Order: sequence, then structure tokens, then C-alpha cells
Amino acid sequence: MNTILLAAEAAKGIDPWIAICSLATVAITVGMGFWTAGKSKSAGDFFVAGRSVSVGWNASAISGEYLSAASFMGVAGMVMATGYDALWYPVCYACGYLFLLLFIAGPLRRFGAYTIPDFAEGRYDSPMFRKIAVCFVLFIGFFYTMPQMKGAGTTLAYIFPGLPYWAGVVVVGAVITLNVSLGGMKGITLVQAFQYWLKVFAITVPIFVLASLVGHYQQHLAANKTSQETVAAAPAGIERKALPAKAPKDEAWIAPFGKLTTKALDASIVAAKTPEAKAELEANKKPYSLLYTYSLIIALVCGTAGLPHILVRFYTNPDGVAAKRTTMWVMILIGVFYVFPPVYGVIGRSLTPELYDAVGAKGTDKVVLELPTLLAGRDHPLLGSILSGITCAGAFAAFMSTFSGLLVSMSSALAHDIYGRMLKPGASPEQRLKAFKWSALIVGLVAVGLGSQVEALEINFMVGQAFAIAAASYFPLLFMSVWWRGMTMRGAATGMLVGGLSALASITLTSISDVAVAKAKKIADAAELSAYWADHPLAKTIADYWVAHPLARILCEQPAIWAVPLSIILMIVVSKATEATVPADVRMKMLVLHAPEALGLKQEYIKEHEGLGGH
Amino acid sequence: MREPTSPTPVDIHSDAFLARMMRDQLKLSIACALCFVVALVALPLLNYFQPAFMAQRVFGFTLTWLILGVLFFPFVWIISYVFIKRSIALENAEAQAAQDGQTK
Repeated sequence: MNTILLAAEAAKGIDPWIAICSLATVAITVGMGFWTAGKSKSAGDFFVAGRSVSVGWNASAISGEYLSAASFMGVAGMVMATGYDALWYPVCYACGYLFLLLFIAGPLRRFGAYTIPDFAEGRYDSPMFRKIAVCFVLFIGFFYTMPQMKGAGTTLAYIFPGLPYWAGVVVVGAVITLNVSLGGMKGITLVQAFQYWLKVFAITVPIFVLASLVGHYQQHLAANKTSQETVAAAPAGIERKALPAKAPKDEAWIAPFGKLTTKALDASIVAAKTPEAKAELEANKKPYSLLYTYSLIIALVCGTAGLPHILVRFYTNPDGVAAKRTTMWVMILIGVFYVFPPVYGVIGRSLTPELYDAVGAKGTDKVVLELPTLLAGRDHPLLGSILSGITCAGAFAAFMSTFSGLLVSMSSALAHDIYGRMLKPGASPEQRLKAFKWSALIVGLVAVGLGSQVEALEINFMVGQAFAIAAASYFPLLFMSVWWRGMTMRGAATGMLVGGLSALASITLTSISDVAVAKAKKIADAAELSAYWADHPLAKTIADYWVAHPLARILCEQPAIWAVPLSIILMIVVSKATEATVPADVRMKMLVLHAPEALGLKQEYIKEHEGLGGH
Repeated sequence: MREPTSPTPVDIHSDAFLARMMRDQLKLSIACALCFVVALVALPLLNYFQPAFMAQRVFGFTLTWLILGVLFFPFVWIISYVFIKRSIALENAEAQAAQDGQTK
């Protein structure tokens, strides 16, 4: 009741176009869910869409699932906030698929499992390993879910001012949970494919219209002077508002190794007591930035190749060749998309610099939604409204499609791996189907619960964490299992656990102190501040340690550069030590992974007639 | 009839067949990955050691912005296209070789 009242209150200040476009996106999503519900019948349909999704559909669906709230809003916001360095995000998000294509996609599909834990168990004949793998699926899944939920909450609160943050989380959670339990994998494939094209439309059309009226990408970029230029070489007619004091300077913004990568060292420099110490730290700035950049690249590239909700979609292809073709098309589809968010960031820097003064969702993160509304003030009120309606629809599609993918992969883990394989191996197809629906409901509820708690955290930061954990656990596991015959279960499990958990631990350390520091910054009174720190001794100790050791801070914030090699080395060392436990039929397993389907060796690891088919 | 690629009959269950097949495919994958990794490693290094060169203006972009923000995407598409072509050809050749071996 309260919500309805609040919504009615808020409705006064809402642009009808924005409301209509957002509601239409939700309505179409729900409608498609009901429409496909009749088509998904068997367990195979629910878990892997009957393994019959064509290359075009699957590529669109994977792209739709992959382009999350972080891509749609976060990347533009980050480019605007930090400049050049943030470009690594879209580039590595898109190019990480190359590793997936080159080393993992084809063989993984040939193995014919339903889920990654299936693969883990099947490759090493170890039910124990399935349990470990399931934990990681759920773990990475929930880590990745939280930022999607946060995107939902903040966008809805932006569109309907006055609506509380949790309302968006609940709405999106409910819609997607309904969809997934109605149609499973088969149902969301269609929805996600549709949402990909909606997102591309929503990111391109407004920016083309906008650029034709206010100036193009490169013209706005040229308005930022580099350190070699004395005046900005802005072409005539490019308008630029004055930057607030909080905004980074042109030279630092447009050049590599800027604010994003030097944050840790900047804090140390501020705290340094002597000028000598300051100078010494200044000298370290560039090498540390380079290190940060490389670690970020490794996390994003290897993390993309290790995200369980993306990997599980490759099982929906009919065969290994189709899996490879799909990956190539995914790279093209998402590459086309990722050219555009930085354009919003660049034009936003010229035209909406006031966003620099606010933080997070109220600041640069909303540049994608904010920019089209500028046209309203430029004698195009209707056009401005329609375009911002379109971008809002795109934002909705972004977190809905990613969340639906996550929900399917986590529900599969619960229903297939935990219920169907561990708790009740003899369950009938009907029972398994029912288990999937119940699992979707449980995961949906947990996701909504978690999502409503993370309002204070940054979207891109949380996504980065999920990537770093995936990069240090699943990527080494899959890469080594597919290509090295000598891997043993113990080696695989040790490497994956140590790599993944140490990445998680180091990231947690940085976020404990970051959250505390962010809170402390808001306290103006000195006595209150020291009382606050006295209450949080652990965070204080960590925060002080970071200031004293900026290098350690960088390595903990971006752990991929040491965690991924650590994981791979452990896998090799432990496997060598336990050589006797290499699965006896490893040659056959490798043959199934690598031999072309034409040889007739293909045998689906999970067979429909095993009682999983519903017909 | 085309000539079998190997003089002895291919037994698809032999270690030799598996080893050769994995080696050929891995070689191709690694060659493609190297192109990509070299570019990924080189760009930050160029930014580091040649900042002035990378900051020159090209069509209003700085050179490094143009490379990372625009040109990197088609570069990766080309690698993946070449990989797909070659890897499917490789699979067909393997299948052919194996079938020739079995019918002999």
C-alpha cells in the first residue's frame, strides 16, 4: 500500500515517455515469458533449451545476457569519471571472449554436460568435486547478482523519483523469477535475444541523434587537451561547460595511467610526511599504474572465460562447431555495443559536468540516462523525452537479462547438481522440473534479499570482484582440464580453491576498509571521527596499512595478476604429486572433448533418456 | 578417393591420434592467442614508454584512444574469424583422416 502511495506521489514529476518505455520493456518480458512457457516442457528444455539453439539466436542471447547494468550504465560513467583507463573495461569485457573461443568453447560443448559442476565431476569421476564446483557457481552467481539488483534499484528510483531503492530490486526480482520458473533456459533464450537488440537500439539511437545535434565523439574528445597541447584543439561550435573542481583535469583524464590506477598511491602521497617521501612515492606512480593496468586486464579477460552463467549457455548449442561459431558472433555483437558507452562518457564530460559533484548512482553512473534529457532544453522537448525513454528501456533490459541468466545457472546448480545428483539421484523428470521451479523461487528470494543490502557499493566494483574470483577459479580449472591430460582431481580442486578464495579474501580486505573510509569521509566532526575509528579497529588497521603500503593495496584490489598464475601453478604441482590418481579413462575423456563430432564419439554426458527428458 | 594423410591406418582410439589432434588444435589456439596477447601487452607498454607518440591526435582522437576505444574490436574479430576458419578446416581434415584410416 505504502508503495502505491509513494508511486502516486512520485508520478507527478515523471516524464510519460520514460514511464511508458520502461513499462513496455517489463510488459514484453513478462509476455514473452508466458508465451514461451507453453513451449518449454522437458527438463532438457529447462536446463539447456533442448540443446537446439541456433547460432544466431544463441549469440544474441549470450550477448543479451552478458551486457549487464555495469556495461550499460557503469562503463559510460566510469569513462566520464576516470577517462582513458576505464576503456579497458569495455575492451576486455568484449575481448575476453577470445580466450573462451580459442581454448574452451568447443571442447566444453562436446563434453555434453548440463552445468559446469557436471563437467567437474565427469572429467575427474569425483562427486566430491561437483560439490566444490557447485559452491563456486552459487558464489560467483550471487556476487554478480548484487550489482544487477543495485542497477535495478537505482534506475527505478531515478525514473520514479521518490520510490525507495528496494522497490526496483523487488520488481525486477519478481518479474525475472516468474519468467525463469515459467520457461527455464528455453524461455529466457528468446527474451535475452530480444533484449540484446533492444539494448543496442537503446545505446546507439540516442547517441547518434545527440551527436548530430551537439557534435561528434572525436570532436568532444578533441576538446580535452593533452599534456602536449597548450590549448584544446576543439573544433568551432563544440560547446563545453566549465568543469567543477572535483572533475579530473584534461591532461590526466585523456591520458593513460590516470585516477583509476593511481588511487592507492595518491592516498599515500597525501599522507606522506616529508617532501622526500612524497617525491619517492611520486616516482613510483607510473610503474604501479602499469602493474594495476595489467592486473585489471588479466582479471577481465580470464574472468570472462570463467563466468558460469555464460559458460552454461554454450551447452545449448547443438555441437562444438556451433559453439565456436556462436562465440565469434558474440564477440562481434558485443564489440559493436561496447564502442558506444564511452561516447556517452566523453560527451557527458562536455555537457553534463555537474554530475562530477555527486557520487555513484546520482553522479556519473547516470550519464547514459541524463544525456538525452539535455535535448529537452534545446528546443526538442519531445525528442529528448522519447530518447531518454529509450535509454531507460535499455537500462531495464540490461539488468533484467543478466539477472535471468544468473538465475537460470544458479537454479540449475540447485536443482540439477544438488537435488538431482546429490540429494535424490533417482528423481523422476517431473520431480526434477518441479525442483527447478522451486530453486528459481529460492534463488530469486535470496537475490532480492542480498540486492536490497548493497545500495552503498559501486556497480562496477562489485562486477570486478565477480570477475576476479571467476578468473582465479573457473578459468584455470577449465583451461587446464581441457588441455592437460595429467590433471588430477586433487590438483584441480586445490588450484581452484586456493586461487578463488585468495582472490576473494584480498578483495574483501580492500572492501572492508573502503566502506569504512567512505563512511568516515562523511563525518565532519573530529571527535566523532576518532570515535568512529575506535569502533572499527580492524578497518582502521587495514586502511592505515594500505596508506603505508600502496603496492600491497594494488595487489589486493586487483589480485588477478598473482592469483591466476598461483592457481595454475598449484594445479600443476599438486597434480604431479598425485599422479597416480589421474582418471583411468582419461584418453577417452580427452577424445570426447577434442574429436570432431563427425567421428561419432560424441556422447552427451547427461543423456535425455537417463530420465531427464520429460516426454 | 583422396590420399589418406597418414600412411598407416589411423586408429582413433590410439594415443598417437589423440596427441596429434590435441597438438594441432592447441598450436592453432596458441598462435591466435599470441597475436591477441602481444597487442594487450604492447599497448600499455607503448603508453608507458612513448606517451607523446601515443597522445598525438588522429581524427580528433588521441592515437591510444583510437586504438583502444575503436580499433581493438575489429582486430579481435579478425583473429576470431581466422581461428574459426582454420579450426573447422582442421576438424574436417581430422575426421577425413580418421575415416580413411578406418575404411582401409
